[in-house]
Amino acid sequence: MTDLIKLSAADLGGLLANGSVSSVEVTRAHLDHIAAVDTDLHAFLHVAADAALATADRVDARRAAGEQLGLLAGVPIAIKDVLATRDMPSTAGSKILEGWIPPYDATVVKRLRDAHLIPLGKTNMDEFAMGSSTEHSAYGPTRNPWDQERIPGGSGGGSAAAVAAFEAPLALGSDTGGSIRQPAAVTGSVGVKPTYGGVSRYGAIALASSLDQVGPVSRTVYDAALLHDVIGGHDPLDSTSLTDPWPSMAAAARAGLADGALTGLRIGVVKELNGEGFQAGVTQRFTETLALLAAAGAEISEVSAPNFEYSVAAYYLILPAEASSNLARFDSVRFGLRENPTDGPVTIERVMAATRDAGFGPEVKRRIILGTYALSTGYYDAYYGSAQKVRTLIQRDFDAAFEKVDLLVSPSAPTTAFKFGEKLADPMAMYLNDITTIPANLAGIPGMSLPMGLAPEDGLPVGLQVMAPAKQDARLYTFGAAVEQLLEAHWGHTLLSRAPALAPVEMFASEEGVI
Amino acid sequence: MSGITAEQVAHLASLARIDLSPEEIASLTIDLGQIVESVKKVQEVATPDVPATSHPMPLTNVFRDDIVVPSLTVEQALSGAPDRDGDKFRVPPILEED
Repeated sequence: MTDLIKLSAADLGGLLANGSVSSVEVTRAHLDHIAAVDTDLHAFLHVAADAALATADRVDARRAAGEQLGLLAGVPIAIKDVLATRDMPSTAGSKILEGWIPPYDATVVKRLRDAHLIPLGKTNMDEFAMGSSTEHSAYGPTRNPWDQERIPGGSGGGSAAAVAAFEAPLALGSDTGGSIRQPAAVTGSVGVKPTYGGVSRYGAIALASSLDQVGPVSRTVYDAALLHDVIGGHDPLDSTSLTDPWPSMAAAARAGLADGALTGLRIGVVKELNGEGFQAGVTQRFTETLALLAAAGAEISEVSAPNFEYSVAAYYLILPAEASSNLARFDSVRFGLRENPTDGPVTIERVMAATRDAGFGPEVKRRIILGTYALSTGYYDAYYGSAQKVRTLIQRDFDAAFEKVDLLVSPSAPTTAFKFGEKLADPMAMYLNDITTIPANLAGIPGMSLPMGLAPEDGLPVGLQVMAPAKQDARLYTFGAAVEQLLEAHWGHTLLSRAPALAPVEMFASEEGVI
Repeated sequence: MSGITAEQVAHLASLARIDLSPEEIASLTIDLGQIVESVKKVQEVATPDVPATSHPMPLTNVFRDDIVVPSLTVEQALSGAPDRDGDKFRVPPILEED
């Protein structure tokens, strides 16, 4: 017997296409597992069980009628709650949007539906994607499936935990400063931040519009590529969407499995994202991975990006500035919460202020106030203006590096998953955790995180980050698939097969004999 | 320290339309002071000769043809409104009255 929930999205797609299994069976297996483990894990804010089964039934009917459907048709998926869904609440982890059902779908959600994937529900996140741990979700944190006392990363901790815990084979995330890649790293899963403009942001509740990018979350590089092909490409509803034609990311990932895929590939190790300040086990796994790559024929060299040390500072000016402006839309008038002041006259301005006090959590307030400060007359040039100049310098560092190498690598995060509460009282400590992932967002280039082992000191997952020049997302998938194959051959198993079991085995008895 | 005062934070909160309690203002004053002190670092390399970048992939004049396309119905647009009056959003008074 094979557990349906343990299969990759690609394998599920194959079984669905050849009729060995129905989408209803696959969907029910995942819903059963969610019911069994998510009370503890809390990866989901909303589970749409009935709608998912009804959608699965319709996909099965189309297939039975002989329709040729896409590679992921009938495969379940979890959706980060930052994305608008017309049939499920979309809260972005905030009380100010509690229960809000948007009147439209985000473009990426529409594309999932058009490709006949099965939306299972909405995943937990730090409020408005502000955080690295899900501890800033207004609905309580998600737990890391590897150790429930630890954070699953953030802001997309719900999506990463859902795929790592086999609640869904695929999920959607959004990455403004690492919110897809850092959760992937600390949960032993795969996450990709595409090139800025490569995937539509229409219907993604905006945090920082010049940084936000939607992307795939999965357990394998190939699955991420398949999902990227579904959601990517030009969208006239997003004015920052690129009109370039894109190659198939799935084909790029398959190319990585060929013999010699790594031979002669020039890999740059970012000097500033390695060594000091990084956990010993993270550095150890990174060094070992580089040795494996070199043995497989890759040319490893060190490159310097001297301005990266200013990236966190620049990011925590640009992001709050853009967020303070974006979040002005939560005004108690058109949608979301309305709260009256407890005393005094009831005017629109006082209702707005009372609503935003009641609806926003502490981290959101902190960043709005910081952003308002950075944009104030008299401080604008010194802070926001300077941060935009740093952005130019970081882009130049990347340009110089990519003249010498094809890809850049670093650990995806400085440490493995930390414990709940460890960094909550010190905002700067939480912010510094993003040092590895922020540069890619500031430059708009694509980045991927994939598992590269367990840290010996704590047995927790460590992620490898790979970055490519803008619009060269396909290069990430070719390299990622090659590295994944290399590491799994070296280990003799997948990393996630080492994760502790979350539910009693009897839960799966109903699937016996399905395959 | 960067010299952020509680009065400044209270003013920023009024600009951002957030009612903050005295306790929130006190703790945000400390947080903001520390964060501003840390992010000030950008000024070390932001010299006058460096141009500013506002956007990673500069696109300009992204227009579409001026034709009517389907959009939200009035009912959809009002579906999340906290209060409505017929086909309009209903809001509290703009001006204070006696």
